[in-house]
Amino acid sequence: MNLWKDFSNGLVRENPVFRLVLGLCPVLAVTTALMNGFWMGVAVIFVLTCSNVIISVLRNFIPAHIRIPCFIVVIATFVTIVQMTMNAYLPEMYDILGIFVPLIVVNCIILARAEAFASKNRVLNAAADGIGMGIGFTVALMILGAIREFLGTGNLVLNGTALFGGPLFEPAVIMIMPPGAFITMGLVLGLLNAISNRSKARAKAR
Amino acid sequence: MADHKLVVSSSPHLRTKETTPRLMGAVLLALLPAALASIVLFGPRALAVMAVTLASALVAEGLYMKIVRKPVTIADGSAAITGLLLAFNMPPMVPLWVPVIGSFFAIIVVKQLFGGLGQNFMNPALAARAFLLAAWPMSMTTGWVVPFDGVTSATPLQVLRGMASARLPETWELLVGMRAGALGETSAVALLLGGFYLLWKGVIDWRIPGCFIGTVALVTWAFGGSGGLFTGNVLAHTLTGGLLLGAFFMATDYVTSPVTRRGRVVMGIGCGLITALIRLWGGFPEGVSYSILLMNVATPLIDRATLPRVFGQRRVKAA
Repeated sequence: MNLWKDFSNGLVRENPVFRLVLGLCPVLAVTTALMNGFWMGVAVIFVLTCSNVIISVLRNFIPAHIRIPCFIVVIATFVTIVQMTMNAYLPEMYDILGIFVPLIVVNCIILARAEAFASKNRVLNAAADGIGMGIGFTVALMILGAIREFLGTGNLVLNGTALFGGPLFEPAVIMIMPPGAFITMGLVLGLLNAISNRSKARAKAR
Repeated sequence: MADHKLVVSSSPHLRTKETTPRLMGAVLLALLPAALASIVLFGPRALAVMAVTLASALVAEGLYMKIVRKPVTIADGSAAITGLLLAFNMPPMVPLWVPVIGSFFAIIVVKQLFGGLGQNFMNPALAARAFLLAAWPMSMTTGWVVPFDGVTSATPLQVLRGMASARLPETWELLVGMRAGALGETSAVALLLGGFYLLWKGVIDWRIPGCFIGTVALVTWAFGGSGGLFTGNVLAHTLTGGLLLGAFFMATDYVTSPVTRRGRVVMGIGCGLITALIRLWGGFPEGVSYSILLMNVATPLIDRATLPRVFGQRRVKAA
């Protein structure tokens, strides 16, 4: 029961992108396409889960004063694994994601979960939290990526095949450029806040 | 209790008769000459673009207010002005769906989502133009035509920058509007007519347009020439592009320009400097819209920095 709560926490209630608004650098930079968001998310799921587990295992051995450097060393190990694996098996995606794969080391979500959750909880809970947060992050990235790719190129590419024949309309190039990231993120955040405000007001009225 | 002449109420006690619809009406009236000139110069195409943009701006405003259950205030004229100004910024041969999307972006994203009239953080029409320019650059930067004969041509500013070669129009042609350009920006006489009407009516303050145009003239005169200092083509620079339209009708937007007098001077000079910088050394041939947008964003800072001293108070030195 408790495990399920820790797992589902990251999906909606404390979604790292839309609720905690953490790790925005890759969120804004790589969400130019659906698949970019997906693979970035997969990388984050792996790093977040593994680092959460290891940090949780070591939580009684890490001195409080130097905990951040210790976390970074653990996280950097897994990021290096992801980086090398992607470079070997997904070279095109590795080129697209570029600097943002190594930058997962300093991603706020991973540090925040290590500091706020993994270093205070048991191993299984930490793993559940890592998987949940990672999936929440991935879904958010895929939503943003899908919106931006669809509006910015008039098409959606899933696993190398375009869903529609050609561009459905004259694409708005701005949406796959940096301003499009901010506009999309702002609108989606606003929409989600409006929805949650409305449901809160409804719950209060009851 | 027979004496009803003494009424206790809270301030303000004196109210002007100015209302939002009145002010907006004055601005719309001032835009009329430019609109008519545009229809004469570019023909039915101009009318079509203006009608479509205006209508979609009104529809966007009405729809949004209906959906979020706000009182529908289309009649105050602010959406109509946004629509018309956006249409004035379009190239004559723009595909008609482009300004429609622009209208919806201007009204819904830039204006209503930030709280509606009086809350927008930058000029909605200009923000929409910047959005369209980045989204569909091809539709927004081609399709300039010469008035009357409808032949595609480069704009004078493109010629000045050496981006295209064409004959630079004579001064009288610039004044009347016989040049390629966005729909509402070409006819200098019509824009000046509207601008001076607004100045005369006291709707806008001379400081913003005056400092804006003055700064552009000075900087382009000093640095715009190829033969050394103070050889620039001042007339061509002040009469072309969107300078007059921007200076009189867009930079003076109440919501996004400073309230204080000194602040307005700062706003005008800032707009002028940025415009001249972009025109002379930037990547675009024209910089009026970006200059106004940047100064819009700086407006709260300018207002805070130029806050006048309250009468009777001493200026407190910063510790």
